[in-house]
Parts: sequence; structure tokens; C-alpha cells
Amino acid sequence: MIAHSIFFYTFSIIAIVSAIMVTASKNTVHSVFFLILDFISISCLFIMIGAEFLGMIMLIVYVGAVAVLFLFVVMMLNVAQQKNQWFSSEESSKHIPVGLIISTLIFVELIIVVGGWKYKPDLFDINNSLELSKVSNTHSLGQVLYTDYIHIFQISGMILLVAMIGAIVLTFRKREGVKTQSYIKQISRERSDGVSVLKVDSNKGVKIDD
Amino acid sequence: MTEIGLGHYLTLGAIIFSIGIIGIFLNRKNIIVILMSIELILLAVNINLVSFSIFLGDLTGQVFTLFILTVAAAEAAIGLAIIVVYYRNSGTIRVERIDELKG
Repeated sequence: MIAHSIFFYTFSIIAIVSAIMVTASKNTVHSVFFLILDFISISCLFIMIGAEFLGMIMLIVYVGAVAVLFLFVVMMLNVAQQKNQWFSSEESSKHIPVGLIISTLIFVELIIVVGGWKYKPDLFDINNSLELSKVSNTHSLGQVLYTDYIHIFQISGMILLVAMIGAIVLTFRKREGVKTQSYIKQISRERSDGVSVLKVDSNKGVKIDD
Repeated sequence: MTEIGLGHYLTLGAIIFSIGIIGIFLNRKNIIVILMSIELILLAVNINLVSFSIFLGDLTGQVFTLFILTVAAAEAAIGLAIIVVYYRNSGTIRVERIDELKG
């Protein structure tokens, strides 16, 4: 149990510090790297408390896809060197007390909720509890996900499809002067457009493009 | 102190959520960091769902965490696409310059 608490405090302190550094670091690329560190430490926490599948999925989806996407956009847009000025410019300094007050209020409310929260006495249903010894986390999650939540699962697939189409449509642009395939022209081409049958007299030859 | 319970995880989620809110308010650099703060907020929600799911012994929280992960990935893709289009049109993504809607 002491090892559990040591690991919890280590990973949570790393997560909190890196979350602060995401918002406070001057360089956007550094922010993305601290975001990756945050995701990794939180996924370590997930694996530690027994949600192995979600921890691994978190590593794959967030670190492998989302953070790399962020990094790619940051490097492509050349905004990494725009310095963070929210301590110096007077335009933005009026936002600082408002943001601090609102976030402190939200934090205090959440802590009050956590501190004043009690279990309902009949909440621990014995039929409801995970039987951790028999099946693994991934196995039980798959058993629930593909039976009870199959419709939501398919809808989330549709959401991903819509997001993919939306991202492609938003960033697609036609450029002038670039030779590309025209599918409509290719498909609608007929024999009469390409081939012409000529009657050739002997010893005269054929003149093309008259 | 050494007994790690549900309250510890919920406190961690609350702290990360608040840091995400601070990041949205205090950001003066570019809008990508705001998207990263939104990712932090979703991460805090995921921590809450997973810790409730583990400590209460109900698997529904982890299923919904999976769906939140899906939606977060879709949101990041769409948001970054919008940012790329905006940068292509106006040449900047600084937050104080994006005031064409006069909101």
C-alpha cells in the first residue's frame, strides 16, 4: 500500500506540474511536449488502479495521434516562436484576475463536492462489482462494449467518420496550374471522342489535324 | 495520507480541470494552446470517470471514458483543421487578433 501511494503521488505531481507547464511555457512546442508528458503520467495512473485497457488506449490515441497532430500543426504553421506575453502586455493583464478567480471558484466547488460526498449505503451491489480475479479488464470491457453499448459504439464510429470528412473538406483546396486527374472526364469519355475511322486512299497517306 | 482512496483521484481531476480553465483564460499566445487546455479538461473528466468506475466496481465509467476519448480525438482533428484554414486566410492565430466577430 505504501508503494501504491508513492507511485500515486509521483505520477500525480508529474501530471500537475506538466499541466501547469502546458499553459505557462513560452514555446508552443514545449507545451505540446508537456501535454504528452501529462498524458503519459495519467495513463500510468490508469494502469496502476486497474484500468489497463484505457491506459494503453490513452497512450495510443492521445500520445500517438492527437499530440502528434498538435505537434505537426504547430510546426507547420510556424507559430512556435510567438512568445507568450500574458505577463507583460497590459491588454491581457486584465484577464489574469478573472481567470484566477473563476478557476479557483471551480476548484473550491469541486473540492467541496469531493469532501462532502458520501456513499449511499446500498450502493455497493455485489452483483454490480467487477470480478477482477476471473477476467481481465480488457475482456470485461469488451463484453460490455459490444453488447450493451453497441449502438453508442457505432455512433462513435460515425462521429470519427464525420470528423475525418470534415477535416479533409476544410483543408482541401484546388490549386491552379497543377495537373490532376479528372474522374468525370475519364469516365464520360467515349469511343467517338478518341477514335475516328478514316477511309484512306492507296498511295495518299493520312493527314491528321486538318 | 498513505491510503490512496477515491478522494485523491477526484482531487487530482479537480486540480487538472482548474489548470485547464486557467489555461483558457490566461492564454494570450495562440489558439492551439486553448485546444490543448480543452484536452486537459477532457483528461480531468476521464480521470473522474475511471476512478469512480474502479472504486465503485461499475464498468460503465470506463465505457464512457472510451467514448469521450473518441470525441476528443474528433474534436482535436476538426479544431486543428479550422485553425489551419484560419491561418491560411488571415496569416495569424494570435488570440487577440481573432476579433472579426466582435464578440
